[in-house]
Amino acid sequence: MLENFDLSLVAWSRAQFALTAIYHWLFVPLTLGLSFILAFMETIYVRTGDEAWKRITRFWMTLFGINFAIGVATGIILEFEFGTNWSNYSWFVGDIFGAPLAVEGILAFFLESTFVAVMFFGWNKVSRKFHLASTWLVAVGANLSALWILVANAWMENPVGMHFNPDTARNEMDSFSSVLFNPVAVNKFAHTVTSGFLLASIFVIGISAWYLIRRREENMAKKSIMVAGIFGLVSSILVAVTGDSSARIISKVEPVKFASMEALYDGKSNAGLTVIGIIKESDESIGEKKTHDVNMRIQIPKMLSIMTTGKGDGYVPGIKDLVNGNPSKGILSVAEMIERGKYARKVLTDYKMSKEVGDTETAAKLAARFTDRDFTENYFKYFGYSYFSAPWQVIPSVPILFYSFRIMVGLGFFFILLCALAIWFWKRNALDKNRWFLWLALLSVPLAYVASESGWVVCEMGRQPWIIQNLMPVNVAVSNIASSSVQVTFILFAVMFTGLLIAEVSIMMRQIKNGPKHKEE
Amino acid sequence: MAAVAQLLKKVFMFYYDGFRTLSKWGRQAWLVIIIKLFIMFVVLRIFFFHDFLRTKFSSDSERSEYVIEQLTRNK
Repeated sequence: MLENFDLSLVAWSRAQFALTAIYHWLFVPLTLGLSFILAFMETIYVRTGDEAWKRITRFWMTLFGINFAIGVATGIILEFEFGTNWSNYSWFVGDIFGAPLAVEGILAFFLESTFVAVMFFGWNKVSRKFHLASTWLVAVGANLSALWILVANAWMENPVGMHFNPDTARNEMDSFSSVLFNPVAVNKFAHTVTSGFLLASIFVIGISAWYLIRRREENMAKKSIMVAGIFGLVSSILVAVTGDSSARIISKVEPVKFASMEALYDGKSNAGLTVIGIIKESDESIGEKKTHDVNMRIQIPKMLSIMTTGKGDGYVPGIKDLVNGNPSKGILSVAEMIERGKYARKVLTDYKMSKEVGDTETAAKLAARFTDRDFTENYFKYFGYSYFSAPWQVIPSVPILFYSFRIMVGLGFFFILLCALAIWFWKRNALDKNRWFLWLALLSVPLAYVASESGWVVCEMGRQPWIIQNLMPVNVAVSNIASSSVQVTFILFAVMFTGLLIAEVSIMMRQIKNGPKHKEE
Repeated sequence: MAAVAQLLKKVFMFYYDGFRTLSKWGRQAWLVIIIKLFIMFVVLRIFFFHDFLRTKFSSDSERSEYVIEQLTRNK
């Protein structure tokens, strides 16, 4: 089946979506986190009346404004791509995407556009408390906007709260609360926004460190490090906690992704968590897919079993178990899932045919199958598998997942240490004396972006070959358009986004070099 | 009615003053926003990013038929 689709079209469409999403995500996490840091700083100003805090807030608000202006609406391009490049998918998801995105649009428009204006134009024009309330509402609004898009993204990993309508070829929402409180969505929201808080904290600590290295704006820099250090430390711990629960959820809803993150081919009890290792292609293969060995591995014994099952001797299925099946552990083989998926697709095809020839009796019987629990839970659930010709096709890129997961987690733990050190040195008034720390903090700013993007690589590359887990592979989701047009827009986007990034970095660098205003504007 | 008009005038003046007294970085940021929105909604949307199903088919039933065809073809 897959050979009937133009793979270069799929590859280019995926590359374009990845490019757009990666650029979009350069702007979003700073907005999510910096908005709260501004709210904390302004709260201190309103409570203490200390004008220094007002100046600090306004300085960081300028950097927030530049990032917000450059980043705003970059996400809309993703929606263009859904309609043009991924039309089968866009139609198939039906109102599951429409509802959360509509809420997101309304919230973003009313909360952000109104209160962002008060935040920037309202100094000395509205009361201090009203201005502070606006800053808080921008922070809450920006993060709530993120909730809806993450709910939609989580549904792609764990499609719940809907049924498939064979007449319209769309999924229709049965329960908004099931979609909203999908365990993947709840955890993804918590993990993603806290990672944004952490990134913004590292950004503030790093820029403040630059001022201390240059022996400029020392009062502002130290106060900023204090706020960002505390916020960053709390956020980094929350990122670790939500990351842990995220792994547990993924092990259940996307077990192949989870096993691939660990390069775990053979399932085992007492499974250790690999801290670090080097992936090497082995001589073995699963179907046409080569397996990998992990060399120079450092492991925490039993940790993987504890993370996934809560027990040290718990069984963690490997890629081979998940592909070939393991009846003793109740794991269905992919070959069996392909058969069940093919049966579900045959029912859909027969339904379509019987409607076409006017056989209303057969059509009614077949339509009823799509509301029958046995059919939906045991056959239609595996609908997407029907497009595979061999079980190995469900395995994502193990090396990419293995490394990007370790980069994300490793940097996450490093940031806990960095934030703790920032607080430690600030409390002892020793920031200026430890210039190595200031340089480390400054160099950590790009690392925060690397960690954040790596998280999305784990999420999105790990879901491959699915666009919607178990229901639709990427190859089926793509529009029947010329791959050359996708290549042209890919290049256009690469140029446009690079231009935007250069604009942001240069405007921001100039503002940082200028520093905060010493006189009231 | 007069109170509403007064409020609207206040809101307008708030935005008008805000934009009139934009800082240098503010003007640069708005320039970037305008160029970006022009490229996105005029160039990209009109010339490159047509909604595939909306352009090809005139009704939802036609779109449904097409997607079902896509989902069920090549057994």
